[in-house]
Amino acid sequence: MNLRIPILKLKDCLIVSIQWELDDQTALQFQEDLLTKMHETSARGVVIDLTPIDFIDSFIAKVLGDVISMSGLMGAKVVITGIQPAVAITLIELGIRLEDVMTALDLENGLEKLQRELEA
Amino acid sequence: MGYRSSVEILTEWDIVAARQLGRNEAKEVGFGTVDQARITTAISELARNIYLYAGKGKIEIERISEGGSYGIIIIASDEGPGIPDVRKVMEDGFSTSGGLGAGMPGVKRLMDDFKIDTVLGEGTVIKATKWIR
Repeated sequence: MNLRIPILKLKDCLIVSIQWELDDQTALQFQEDLLTKMHETSARGVVIDLTPIDFIDSFIAKVLGDVISMSGLMGAKVVITGIQPAVAITLIELGIRLEDVMTALDLENGLEKLQRELEA
Repeated sequence: MGYRSSVEILTEWDIVAARQLGRNEAKEVGFGTVDQARITTAISELARNIYLYAGKGKIEIERISEGGSYGIIIIASDEGPGIPDVRKVMEDGFSTSGGLGAGMPGVKRLMDDFKIDTVLGEGTVIKATKWIR
């Protein structure tokens, strides 16, 4: 029942596409898997694409926010992409601010943004 | 009383089941995608509170109609410790679980109407209503 989220490596970046609704355990497992993979591959950047996700509650938001901070500690930059209008609206109404988080409209824009950040 | 469906909250997995039920109900009643997300998120927060603070409880979803308007009520009930200071939990940024959960004010903002009935040592019933605009 506990499916793991695949993490792909592309050059010095990791790409994650979250394809299904996250339960608590999967979200926490993902946090650990991403940091481990980052360490193994010496990745400098990560794109997490949330296009198929139609809601994010405070728990998932916290896990995402935490994994971004943790990645920062390890020297990697994270871009979140594909946040749907309904997700953006509910997150702000819920009172959750993902501050200082790099975002982009879609995966393509996210990768470009990340490349620019890594070259800067 | 309208059609009612429910999920018992005993484990983390039941939080997922409750929000799936909520999303399906919201869709069937005719809510748009943004309201579906609001309702699903509200249920997730309420179910998690039951799981964290009361250990077990129930999420019920009731379809309602009034004067040609349609909507749903989420009823989150538990027989947990109750809430000692309701005014305090309704303050933004208040959480006793170490930053987990956006808390009740967030849920209130997602819904149209929000009511807490709580008795110390007996439990809590929260009713949150959303109407189709």
